[in-house]
Formats: sequence, C-alpha cells, structure tokens
Amino acid sequence: MQQVHAQPAEPASNIVPEKVRDGIDLQINGEHFRHTGDPHMPLLWYLRDVLRLTGTKYGGEHGENGADLVLLADKAVSAITLPMNTLADKPVTTVEGLAANDGTLHPLQQAFIDEDAIGCGYCTPGWLIAGVALLRRKPKPGDDDIDQLPNLCRCGCQTRVRRAIQRAAAGKAGQP
Amino acid sequence: MSREHVSDGNTRDAIRLDRRRFLQVLTGAAGALVVGIRVADAADAPLPPALLGEHFHELGAYVRIDGEGTVLIGARDPDTGTGVATALPRIIADELDADWNRVSVVALGLGVSNDNGQPHWTYGRQVGGTGGSIPAAWRDLRQVGALARWLLLQAAARRLGVSANRLRCDSGTVIAPDGRRVTYGSLAADASQVALPSQAPAVKTASSYQLIGQPAGDVDAHDIVMGQARYAIDHYLGDALVAVLVHCPWPDGTLARIDTGDTLGIEGVVKVIQLKPEPGQPWGSTVIAPAVAVLAKNTWAALQGRAKLKLEWKPGGQGEESSAALERQAVATLGSEAAPTTRVRDDGDFDAASKKAARRFEATYFQPWLAHVTAEPMNCLVRLDKDRASLVVPTQAPQKAWAVVQRLTGLAPDQIDIRVPRVGGGYGRRLDHDFVAEAVMLAKAVNQPVRLLWTRDQDFGHDYYRSGCVHQFRAIVDRKRQLTGWHQRMISASALAHRGVSEDRLWTSELRAEQLPAGLVPNLRSDWYAQQSVQPRGPFRGMPHLSNAFAVESFIDEIAHQMREDPLKTRLRILGEPRQLSLGNGATLDIGRLRNVLQLVADRIEWKNWLHSVNGLGIACWHVDGAYVAHAIEAAMQSETLVIKRVTCAIDVGRVINPLGLHGQVAGATLDALSNALNPAITFKNGKIQQHSYKDYPLATMAQLPNDVEVITVSDDRAPSGASFLAMPTAAPALANAVFRASAVRVRRLPLMKELLRLL
Repeated sequence: MQQVHAQPAEPASNIVPEKVRDGIDLQINGEHFRHTGDPHMPLLWYLRDVLRLTGTKYGGEHGENGADLVLLADKAVSAITLPMNTLADKPVTTVEGLAANDGTLHPLQQAFIDEDAIGCGYCTPGWLIAGVALLRRKPKPGDDDIDQLPNLCRCGCQTRVRRAIQRAAAGKAGQP
Repeated sequence: MSREHVSDGNTRDAIRLDRRRFLQVLTGAAGALVVGIRVADAADAPLPPALLGEHFHELGAYVRIDGEGTVLIGARDPDTGTGVATALPRIIADELDADWNRVSVVALGLGVSNDNGQPHWTYGRQVGGTGGSIPAAWRDLRQVGALARWLLLQAAARRLGVSANRLRCDSGTVIAPDGRRVTYGSLAADASQVALPSQAPAVKTASSYQLIGQPAGDVDAHDIVMGQARYAIDHYLGDALVAVLVHCPWPDGTLARIDTGDTLGIEGVVKVIQLKPEPGQPWGSTVIAPAVAVLAKNTWAALQGRAKLKLEWKPGGQGEESSAALERQAVATLGSEAAPTTRVRDDGDFDAASKKAARRFEATYFQPWLAHVTAEPMNCLVRLDKDRASLVVPTQAPQKAWAVVQRLTGLAPDQIDIRVPRVGGGYGRRLDHDFVAEAVMLAKAVNQPVRLLWTRDQDFGHDYYRSGCVHQFRAIVDRKRQLTGWHQRMISASALAHRGVSEDRLWTSELRAEQLPAGLVPNLRSDWYAQQSVQPRGPFRGMPHLSNAFAVESFIDEIAHQMREDPLKTRLRILGEPRQLSLGNGATLDIGRLRNVLQLVADRIEWKNWLHSVNGLGIACWHVDGAYVAHAIEAAMQSETLVIKRVTCAIDVGRVINPLGLHGQVAGATLDALSNALNPAITFKNGKIQQHSYKDYPLATMAQLPNDVEVITVSDDRAPSGASFLAMPTAAPALANAVFRASAVRVRRLPLMKELLRLL
C-alpha cells in the first residue's frame, strides 16, 4: 500500500518508455498517483488510509448509506465497492475535489451552507457527491429526480438537502 | 449558583462559577485577555494550545481575545449534530458583545484534574445530545462572557477617562458617549490587568441580545462541505494498529473454537486477540459480548483477516430468546391479573370510576426493538503510555468515557486525555462506552496504539437497543363525554436494568409519571411491568416519550373516532381551559402553551377540513420537561404507497438561542421519528439479532419522506429548553392518525408500513 506520485510527463522525444511496470495509475481530484499495493483493495481504504483524504466516509461494507460516494467520471459510486484495479486512468473526484483550486466552493457546497443542510455532517460528503452527480446529469432536477438519491441519514437533513439541490440548480447558491 | 467573591492567598481573585469552579483572568501572549477556569481547577486538562497560548498548563479557558481582536471561544459539549458547538459559543459571545465574524470556536476536550485521586471536572457538565447542553450553558456560560466584557469596559473607562457605566459595547468595540471607539483587541492587554469585581457582573437582559435569537449557520459547516471536518474515525496515529472485531452473536455466549491460520497469513495482519469480558467486568455492569479482534497495519488487511477467521460460538443461558416470544410473553402478562412491577401513578380511584362509566375504550399498541445506526460507527483511537492514556473518542459523554479508561488503566484522573472531535451522530448510543473499553483492552494487550473500527454488521448486531414494548389502555368517559378514567399498562425491558439501578427505579427510562393525560383525568393509573431480556438496552433519542406518545396519542384519536368527534376538539376538551397544572415531583404542565402548539399546527394544516379532506389529516401533541410540541400531518394512500404530503410541527421552547439551528433540530427529529416509525425493526431469534446491514433495517429514503417540514416556533423569555429530540414524540402518532383517515386502517403496531400493508 504505497503511494507514489507519478512523474511529470516526459517531453516528446525519441526515448521509448519502459512498457512493463508495477502499479495502477490513478487520477484523483486532478492529481496523479500510482498504487502498487493490493489491486483488489477497495478505493475507500486507499483514499482514507493511504492518501488521508478522509472526507469520504466509511458507512458499511456495502456502502448502502451513501457516506462513501465518490464521482467516477460523472457518476456517483460507492468507494468501498470499487477495487483499485478497476480504476486505472479513470478520473475520481472526492468531496475534497469539489471546490475550485482557489477554494471557491462548488455551488452545491455553498447551497448546503445556505440551507443549513447539515446534521452531524458525517454523511454530508456523500449527499454532496450524489447531488453533484444528479446536477451534472440533470441540471434542473425535479422532486422525483431528487427522490432517487440513495443516501440515508438519521439526523433528518433530507428536506434541507432537497432545498439545497434546488437552490444550486436555480443558480441561487450564495444568495440571500 | 452563587456569585460570591473569593480570594485565595497569592493567586489572583476569581469569580465563583459554581460550587467547584472559579472564573479567572490571565494575560496571554502579546497582551491577550484570557478568561477561564483557575489554575488549580484546570491543571493538565487537555486544552487546545491555540486557546491558551503560553498558559495552556495554567488555565482552562473559555475565551481568549488577542491584540488583533480575534476572539477564540471554547465549546465544551460534544456536538453530535445538535448544533451546540455553535449555540454554546454564541451564548458566551453575546454576553461579550463580540463580533461573531471574528470569533473562532475551538472544541474543548474532556476537562479533568486530579482532586486527591478523584476526578474534578474542569468545565462542569460535558454531555451532548441529551437535550441538556443549552439549559446548562444558560445557567453558567453567560457569566464567562459577562466577566470578559466587564473587564474590557473597565480598561476602556480608564483609557477614555469616562465612567464604565456610560460606555457601551458593540461588535467587539467599546463606544463612548461622545462617539470615541476602542476595539477589544487594543484593550485586551489592559483588561487582563484589571482587578476582578467583588461580585460577578450581571448578565444581560433580553433587550440587549445581539446574537441570541438570531440565525447562525453551523460553525463547522465549511469544513464539513469541504470534507475537512475530522471525526474520531478520521484520526490516525503513526504506529497505531487497526483493530476490527467479530462479536459473539449471543451477548452471554462464549467462543467454542477458533482457527486463525488463514487470518495470520494475510499480509499486514499482526495479531488476533480474544476479548473475554467476565461477569462484573471492570467498566461497569453493562453487557459486552465476547469478541475476537484482528489487528493489522491497515484497515484493508484487518478486514481481509477478519473475513478469514474461522470461529464457532456457543450460546449462553438465554440462547433461545426471541423477540416474538418476548412479545407473546408481554401480552400474556398484561392479560393476567399480575401486579405491576411499579405503579407509577395512581390518581383518584380508577376501579371505582370504572363502575360508573358511560362508555369504555380499550386498545393495545406494539412497538419494536430499535437500533441507533449512527452514521459514524463505533470507533476509538487510543495510545497508552506508562503514565498517560491519550484517546480520540466519538462520545456524547467524555466523563463517562474517562471512567471506563480509568478503571481499565488505573491511571490518575489527570493522566487521561480524551479528545472529542465532532461526532457522527449519537442518539444515545454514545452514552455507553463498550467500544472504548475494547480499544483500551486491545492497546494494553498489544502494547501499541490501536484504532478500533466497528464494521457496520457489528454496529447493528451489538447495540444497546431501544426495547420493544407493549402499551395497553383502558379509558372511560361519563355521560358528558368527559374522560373520567385512564389506565395505562406498559411492559418493556428497562434500559436501566443491569446498570446498578434499584428495581423500583427501573421504570424511569420507560415512561414518565407526568406524561399525558396525567393531571387531566381524575382517575388515572399508570402501571409498568418489567420484562427480562439478554439483549442490551440503552438510551435512545426521544426515549421514553417516543413510544409513549405514539401509544397515548393514537389511543386518544381512537377515543375521538369512537365518540364520532373531531379529534382536535376531543384533545382540547381533555386539556380544558388554559391553566398551570402541578403534576408532582416538580413537573408542571402549562395547558395554555400545549393548546397553543396544537392550535398552531391545526391552523397551518387547515384542520377545519379534517373530515372532508381527500387526504387524511392527523394530529398529536405532547409535553417534555416544560417544553411543548405538536405535529399535524397530511397523508394519502396511492394504491399501496403511503405519501406524506404535508408535515407541520409547532414547538414552544422558551428562549431560542439559534433559530436556524432549532429549525434544523425540529425538522431533523421529525424526519428521524417518521423514519423510525415507517419500516425498521430489530428482531432476534434463537438469541441472535437478525439485522446486519441497512438492507435489513430500512431507514427511510428521500422518496419516503415528506418534501418539507413546516416548523412553527413559539418563543419567549423563559430559560431555554433543550430541543434535540423535542420533535420526536408526536411525529409518528400524527402520521398514524393521518393514515387512519386516509385508509380507514388503524395501525396499532410499528413498523407502520408492514402493519398497514397487512391490514389493507
């Protein structure tokens, strides 16, 4: 379970790169990593134990409560169900990667703050990932679309999450 | 609380905060003003250095103001999603007239010092998620802000040459009558030199509040949406081993056979350890099942190792127990003439009144065992050194966690350092510390730091559950339709059993002597019957109101229906005219307030249409320790799907600290109560819990819950009540009453959906 930053791309030249090497090339939040450990390890433990990106939470062995959702390209997928060897060169975004590099929040992150859509906050990253995936698929989601979110929450933040998604979709994040 | 002036020899004067704690003031680095707990009370408490600067071995601080005007405020109670990390500091900041935009909140760890071998709690009460944080803070934390403000005013008076009582404060600035302004930052150094007043400065009157009563977002919100809020489970320590467990499926069972060969063959697995709790176990009398722990260098290795364990468990003496049999036994007990374990209340003479009844009503209600299902599973990081234990614990009660660690390590009170970051849900589960005991035992066994992680199956299978219960009612009315007699008989397995509580007090976790309709019916009897079970029980969000309000408020609705009456009118008639009722043991019931919340939800949901609405309308009310709540719900059946169309909730809580936070608690508790009522149930068979994952224990999805909860808040000048579970009790009965009008099916058994589909 070692983490290796990939080398910067070689400039175009006549050098023929070595073809055989160990590890899986990963793209996580726009950064490149190479995983050389167990190819069957779920992504969740790579994120948490290796990269220490702890925003993606452990919820259960099957990810049923949605706390461990990440974006695989544009789709929300449970990180505990994703073995490392299925991730070569696929872009993964975690909750830590939603904001812009300058710290500007994603509109849905801002809308969660605006609507106070937070209970204990443990499952919030999962709701954000599911919400962002929904907004990418359907920029103006209806109630029926929001109903399809898979996340579970005992603090009861669902009505406020619904409003946050609607607010972000309406372009009103950050507005009074 | 007294406010006497104390002087103790060569230390500076201090203001008495309560019997054991004294506020003191010190000068921090670069002239910062630090107000906190005096040296002797705070020695070695695990305090954030940022809050204390160079004084962090000397003072347990609540407030620090530096020369730049930045204000740091400590939050003492664990925030499990209740908003206390925001509300408590705002109570202090308001008294201080601080600029909230320049306040940073720091979560305080457990404050404990050594008082001749006994723990002395630096910060007083430190408990989260039981509804007590805000009332306690209202009693003592306001003085912290008031003292800091008084000191700043004295310093400003000297600098400006104006008497302090002619100055006013606003957003971190002292303002003179002529308009001159001095910032707190520039006054901090001088203020820290001001002699303390002979009496604690008076706290503000309500007209001066700047922050109290104003909405404020959660102080952790930004970190949470960025994924940067660190919960206990997110804490790592260099050489800590990850430990995962398999518990014995029977709490009283034993390990018969173990083969660890395949487990130890997994790369990264270090050790397999058996945890064998004995009777009279050192962390108290609560049950912990035996377990096998796999310790590994990382989580994935530990989980793989766990999957390869070959274990055979042997049931204990109660290995045949089943939840269905317990219920049959409960019904048999209630059907017999057996005397109750405790007669909780006996007003008038029910038997005599019963003979003169014009009409009689009877019904029995069944509610299942429930699990806590905290989003963040049980976990604990512990490092043991020769003379120190350092832990990161997701707990609601760090002082109780301390007691567990102390008993297992024998360390002195101040050698135990417990940090409590934001907690991923509590609901009562984290008032028990079995997982802390396990982590400490494992760290002792391997002589290395340990990160214990409970996988979700263990969380479901080894909870301190809410006991299932049966409520049986008999009620009578006279010829004028007045409710003249009421007899409630409840049977449940007490959450207090096996916890050193005497037999005659076991009922106190299961029902209240003052609950509705106590005080309103001349002949009222309330009996509780104890049931035995080997399954562990413990506190649960909203308990004991949750189960009792469902039964009582459903039954009142049934009485109204049988009398062919508007159930709102029935309730109002039972309540009678606005007045103050004394219910005994200091409990009071303000009928006016209860009528008011009931009327508010009725108006909002347009109750006048109750009989003719296409959908079903349901209503329910309750009172909890001087706070009042009502729900009205509109529901519809669309073929076999229940749609919750509208939900309104009115609460009366006295002073509101943070209306935004309160709204979140009320909406959240409403949804949680609906979710608990709709589908999930814990069952056991042959002594084994049958639910292992969310699939087996279906919490409500977004689609099953209402799109909105309309919250109406009634507030006034009374001291604030806790609100974290206030909205739990009435949601389920209002729903069941609405379902009855939507479908003509009376649901007397939870989970509601299963019973509704059975009866439809």
